[in-house]
Amino acid sequence: MSSTFETVAGIIADTCDIDRDKITSESHAINDLGIDSLDFLDVAFAIDKAFGIKMPLEQWTQEVNDSKVSSDEYFVLCNLCTNIDKLVAAKSA
Amino acid sequence: MRLEYFQMVDRIVSLDPVARTIRMEGLVPEQSPIFEGHFPGHPILPGVLMIETIAQTGGWLVLATLRFAAMPFLLQVKEAKMRSFVVPGQHLETEARLIHDGSGYAVIEGSITSDGKKVADAEIRYRVVPFPNETLRAQMLETARRIEVPEAYFHAA
Repeated sequence: MSSTFETVAGIIADTCDIDRDKITSESHAINDLGIDSLDFLDVAFAIDKAFGIKMPLEQWTQEVNDSKVSSDEYFVLCNLCTNIDKLVAAKSA
Repeated sequence: MRLEYFQMVDRIVSLDPVARTIRMEGLVPEQSPIFEGHFPGHPILPGVLMIETIAQTGGWLVLATLRFAAMPFLLQVKEAKMRSFVVPGQHLETEARLIHDGSGYAVIEGSITSDGKKVADAEIRYRVVPFPNETLRAQMLETARRIEVPEAYFHAA
């Protein structure tokens, strides 16, 4: 997960022009880092490319909108990285 | 092409959702009110319409890939380059390649050529969402028939 986090944090810093030092594993991409939906799609594209996955953003967004899960589940970076790791593992299984 | 109606694609020449590629052709009209203003005495196709041409070409590829289940809307234009003027009466070929089919978004790279020379290229990103209504979907299908999108791609296999 730590290397995943380093990759994701680097992507966010580069894509959204956010100081890398402000990005922690506990940061919420939207609430703490202020990433809007357009920039988050840039981040998602870069993550999809970097890890060779397709993050199910539509499903995640729907679950949050339906109040099935907290947005923390998908947008706090340590949780996001855990989900990325699961997608990578599922892909190579 | 009918510039005033944003009809930038005359005919799909080839479309391969498996290879993720599309090629179309279009003829810039000799006459258009757009050329009266852009520019007086020097009519050229506006660069934004070159970008629109690439976006529409890639958009048809996304639509065919999704079998018209969802609609791509222009979200972002990256690295657009207008490399030379395009004038009334000029024949254009536009190619696009789907480089990523994301969840709720898609990314293509496209270029316009004329007489074998590249005149514009860009990376286009779309937000892909359900059709907002059946009217739009029906209109897109009608346009797809007119520009010769193979009907095999109109519905899920």
